[in-house]
Amino acid sequence: MSFRPEILWSDALLFLLLAAVLAFVLHVRRHEHLRAPWLRVAQSRMGVVTAVILAGYAAIGVLDSLHFRPALPVAAREPVQYGNEVLSVLDVLAEPLRLRVETTYSEPFALHLYAKENLSLPDGGQMRDYPRLKYGGAHLADTAGRAGDIAWRAAVGVLWGAGLAFGFWLLAALSQAWRARGFVPAITQLLRAPEAAAWRTALVTLSLLLVLGSVLGRLSLDYHILGTDKVGQDVFYLSLKSIRTGLLIGTLTTLIMLPFALFLGVAAGYYGGRVDDVIQYVYTTLNSIPGVLLIAAAVLVAQVYVETHPELFDTAAARSDLRLVFLCGILGVTSWTGLARLLRGETLKLRELEYIQAARAFGVANLRILSRHILPNVSHLVLITVVIDFSGLVLAEAVLSYVGVGVDPTMASWGNMINGARLELAREPMVWWQLAAAFLFMFVLVLSANLFADSVRDAFDPRAGGRA
Amino acid sequence: MNGLALHDLRVEIAAGERRLAPVDGVSLAIGPRECVALLGESGCGKSLTALALMRLLPEGLAITGGEANLNGIDLFALPERAMQRVRGGRLAMIFQEPMLSLNPVLTIAQQIAEALSVHRSLKGAAAAEIQRLLLAVGLPVDLAASYPFQLSGGQRQRALIATMLAGEPQLLIADEPTTALDVTVQAQILRLLKQLQVEQGMSLLLITHDLDVARDMADRVAIMYAGEVVEWAAREALYEQPFHPYTQKLFSVLPSTRRRGERLDHIPGNVPPLGTVFPGCRFQERCAQAWDRCRHEAPALYELRPGHRVRCHLAVEARPGLSRPNLPQSSEVEPPADQPALLQVQDLAVHFPIRRGLFRRTVGAVKAVDGVSFEIRTGETLALVGESGCGKSTLARGILRLIEPTAGSVWLAGMEIGRLDSEALRRKRAEMQIVFQDPFASLNPRMRVGDVLEEGMQALRPELGRAERKALVVRLLGQVGLDASAALRYPHAFSGGQRQRIAIARALAVEPKLLICDEPTSALDVSVQAQILNLLKDLQREHGLAYLFISHNLSVVAYLAHRVAVMYRGRIVEEGAAPSILSQPLHPYTRLLLASAPGQGLPQIAVFSEKFAQLGCPFAPRCGDVQPICAERNPSLDTWQGRRVACHLYG
Repeated sequence: MSFRPEILWSDALLFLLLAAVLAFVLHVRRHEHLRAPWLRVAQSRMGVVTAVILAGYAAIGVLDSLHFRPALPVAAREPVQYGNEVLSVLDVLAEPLRLRVETTYSEPFALHLYAKENLSLPDGGQMRDYPRLKYGGAHLADTAGRAGDIAWRAAVGVLWGAGLAFGFWLLAALSQAWRARGFVPAITQLLRAPEAAAWRTALVTLSLLLVLGSVLGRLSLDYHILGTDKVGQDVFYLSLKSIRTGLLIGTLTTLIMLPFALFLGVAAGYYGGRVDDVIQYVYTTLNSIPGVLLIAAAVLVAQVYVETHPELFDTAAARSDLRLVFLCGILGVTSWTGLARLLRGETLKLRELEYIQAARAFGVANLRILSRHILPNVSHLVLITVVIDFSGLVLAEAVLSYVGVGVDPTMASWGNMINGARLELAREPMVWWQLAAAFLFMFVLVLSANLFADSVRDAFDPRAGGRA
Repeated sequence: MNGLALHDLRVEIAAGERRLAPVDGVSLAIGPRECVALLGESGCGKSLTALALMRLLPEGLAITGGEANLNGIDLFALPERAMQRVRGGRLAMIFQEPMLSLNPVLTIAQQIAEALSVHRSLKGAAAAEIQRLLLAVGLPVDLAASYPFQLSGGQRQRALIATMLAGEPQLLIADEPTTALDVTVQAQILRLLKQLQVEQGMSLLLITHDLDVARDMADRVAIMYAGEVVEWAAREALYEQPFHPYTQKLFSVLPSTRRRGERLDHIPGNVPPLGTVFPGCRFQERCAQAWDRCRHEAPALYELRPGHRVRCHLAVEARPGLSRPNLPQSSEVEPPADQPALLQVQDLAVHFPIRRGLFRRTVGAVKAVDGVSFEIRTGETLALVGESGCGKSTLARGILRLIEPTAGSVWLAGMEIGRLDSEALRRKRAEMQIVFQDPFASLNPRMRVGDVLEEGMQALRPELGRAERKALVVRLLGQVGLDASAALRYPHAFSGGQRQRIAIARALAVEPKLLICDEPTSALDVSVQAQILNLLKDLQREHGLAYLFISHNLSVVAYLAHRVAVMYRGRIVEEGAAPSILSQPLHPYTRLLLASAPGQGLPQIAVFSEKFAQLGCPFAPRCGDVQPICAERNPSLDTWQGRRVACHLYG
């Protein structure tokens, strides 16, 4: 074998989360009353568009979570040795981006470096000028042909994207062919039928994303489309790598926070009395500690632990990963209080409802009442809160990394990118692209998540669609 | 023409392509000093008619046809600014829930003053006018500075009426003004409304679902069904000889003492959902007298006699050979006389501690149930009546140990429930079950009906296998008159009456001996109420169930109960056989309750304080026969002429 799969802690948790989401989807499909609000989400154009964009982000994040360690080249018949570098599938796919490192800053689509260097002239003399980049636009002999070259390559990218998109449309039609009794009716149905409106919206969005992705992908092979950073790494590549960090912070935190919030919130509301008092004291106390300070302290503890136990972490990736998981944990511990308070209030209301009283009159055990009567009836609140909290957590990561208590500085993240760009903003001429790239990627993700949350909330609003 | 003339009102909801009309061609005329009652079951469009008159329709609904003329003003043609001056001025409306209609952060005087300044430009001299208005609605003047939360429900409704009177309305619309109130307060408010209408020369449009209230109040009555007026007549004519089959049914489904032995009539089917297309008469599907013509031709509002209009083909085409169907007479279910008591409640008390301060010290107790004793035999129905807040529902929950009683004992079939440990209590729960008031809150919206019914079996009859449970679910659904396919559907697919049947089936699933019914029909329309009452009677006859039937509706009690216990302030004040209590009440409170029941022509009821006494008999401040001893000692529940009464007048 030329590689060994490596499952980091965060990967394991992410796969667990994916499994949970899959189980939830299957569960929803089998229950009509749960399916109905999701069908309403599918009917809203905004919901479908943002869902496809989020799925795109998620796909990149998942690709970046399939980690492995490549085998080192060794002589035959010797035991295989694996490198210390942990790579992901995304790294392999984006190998040209990863390996084409310049020496320092360069502007997007630049041909020359952003800093003057001493150049040796062919005649033996020296001159101080902006050198040509080693990789960015290196194929161009004539710097004046850049615009034409970019346009040509972009056009090729559009064609690639269109081809891919066409493939997806065919695939969608084929998958419906058996139900529509024939391929042609399936296509007309896909294009015309009002029931297929959600699929059309999804496919159109996907096509646009594919075209955009192909153009960017094609161009990024020959140019640094978002420039390079201080050590010459491609900013576009870093932004893609940051997606996983952002998604993990947003989702793993939720995974860690949910059991706390669900269990404590519902228990406080249902049992009342002393249980309620204790839980309320706990979350009031937690709320009264400034979150950033608590997080800073916890992250420092984690760092000290990593440094004093080097034998537990054989790669740099494992070290920075532990810090990420720890950050998610501490964010989860500090952020469950809001949802718990919400659930406590709702449970207080539900507890007095007559169907709960009826269940108690049957002598149904408390835990069973909680799981069959209360949980299903607060699930919409949980869902809405989780989707809304997600974007807040992505932003929190950026802020914390900027402050210096976020993820490991060696890990690609939007927060680290912004932090790195901080000093260079004062430089003349300004280095703006790192900041802009981080903002652009974060903006699209957070905006999509928020708009998606809006459609979810609308769909679950009982006033909109009668009693669900 | 003076008064209100409403012609051909149509209200539409825009729902995508379709245009639904919850109010479809309603015409009404209300003369000056006249009271018209708009009567119908829920969803027939009566409230929307009122809101349309006020031009206060909720978003999404619009008036798409018709004219309304109030003393020469075309209400639907007025610009919104002018309409604002009409609303609360010459046209006023009072709503069902007085707490929601008064602003909680303004005093009563401020709210009346606002109406005075807007509609009568009275600013400085308002104080005298506020006093006059408060006196007119029977409120003490010193309440002017109180906030709504300091008033009782009846006082709030009076205050709301006072603010509405401030604009000197020519037409007052009252939308179920007393539905949220207790029967004794209802009697006072209705009397007040009638008196004000006569004295001030207002027109009154009274919206109600209660035939008895309409009988007391109205000069003319309009019966609505599915967005149309189906019968329109003077009160006397309507109550003596209702013509429309729907109106006739409304009368025949009402329970009362006279019908004790009989099965109640019922209207088959449900109110047609909004958006149904009617090729013929809207009622024909549920009408026992419908024939071909009814199915194809929508009847016009024919004039039967001058002043009596009916939307029924029977008015113009005689149908010989059709007699009113005879109802199957069921004999009265008499409980076996010499049975031992199934349920014995002795000195049961439920007190809620009042906690204050940082450490939640107990500083007192609300005595919701304060020493109640009674018995129920197998196959017997004991009705528990009383006003809201008297402790009826708390008593029911205390018996079931859903709330732990503070003192006293409950014996069910010879076992004391209070002493059972949790496992024994759990098994004992199979013998007593409860049916709740609100059919929408009593079924978990996230569970299928089949799962709802199986839940109790799983908990209390673990010996049943999966297949047996499924079979039992089908049988139970059949027993309460529902289709077996109902098991696979969710509660939201059912109407209120059907949900209440499901709730009854759920209770029956564990084969209880005692069923506690906590106001099971008060959230339902009268036609559905009749179905539920019939069902309860059938079940009692077949299974020998004992019922503890909690209700505030005396006619339901008169129809169903064998014995009646009257509760006041956590105690039983009178208990005995139903016919004798309802015909010859002894305790002054029972007399007050019976006298307040609507349908008796608004008798004058002495209004005393609504306050409770701390010492002595709690009813003394409201009592007309109060004696010196009443202020000193709380009377005990003693036997007097075959029943038990707690009053110093007897014994």
